[in-house]
Amino acid sequence: MASALVNVPPKAKRGDIIEIKTLMSHIMETGFRHTAGGDVVPRDIITSFTCRYNGTEVFRADFFPAIAANPYLSFFTIAKDSGKFEFEWIGDNGFSATASATIMVE
Amino acid sequence: MRTMHTRRRFLGLAGGAAVAGAVPVVTLRPSQATPAMLNSAIRNVVGEAPVRAGKVTLDIPPLVENGNTVPMTVRVASPMTATDFVKSIHVFNEKNPQPNIGNFYIGVSAGRAQVSTRIRLADSQKVVAIARLSDDSFWSVSADVVVTLAACTEEVN
Repeated sequence: MASALVNVPPKAKRGDIIEIKTLMSHIMETGFRHTAGGDVVPRDIITSFTCRYNGTEVFRADFFPAIAANPYLSFFTIAKDSGKFEFEWIGDNGFSATASATIMVE
Repeated sequence: MRTMHTRRRFLGLAGGAAVAGAVPVVTLRPSQATPAMLNSAIRNVVGEAPVRAGKVTLDIPPLVENGNTVPMTVRVASPMTATDFVKSIHVFNEKNPQPNIGNFYIGVSAGRAQVSTRIRLADSQKVVAIARLSDDSFWSVSADVVVTLAACTEEVN
């Protein structure tokens, strides 16, 4: 079961640059590993991540197999208005997960 | 005592692997990305535009014990104003099975052009970070990383 950890400051001053950190549990199987029997272990990775701030996309990432298991991201945005951050991870085999966080901007 | 036993055994195996990694051993590897693949992956992103050195900083340990998870931070010196900001950051490697690591789309609303994540490295190699600015110029930096225990190539039990 996918579980996400997101870290958004609960409060910020308008115009502050805030750091957002996210962690998603996922095996990120590269598709380049073999079993002892010689079979390729099929690829199973998260391919994209999107962060929206009150509906507007503020950060997006494409992942490749070279991203470590349980993908961690840290990025920045400017606190503009109080509201909601929505996070979305999409991957192989129909993987999809979402998380959200609220922020108070004064 | 069973846990002690397995931990000792694990440490022994890990030490053995580190030693094996230190001497040149001919092993069967899955096809590696080559410097040529690295260049073509970069060309896929930048097109024909020139890539200049500078503006970009890549923080990555020069020596890592475990290539399965290598912390990495890319930052770009940019005022991040409406007319001069970073559009995206692209990270590549030289010798993993695939040359791409990740693409990070930032934009003017970021305030600060910096992104951190954790990556996998299958071998000691060069990591390249390229930033695309709002004027569609490209700036890059590269770092050499020595990896003692490689990612990706181990067997699954």
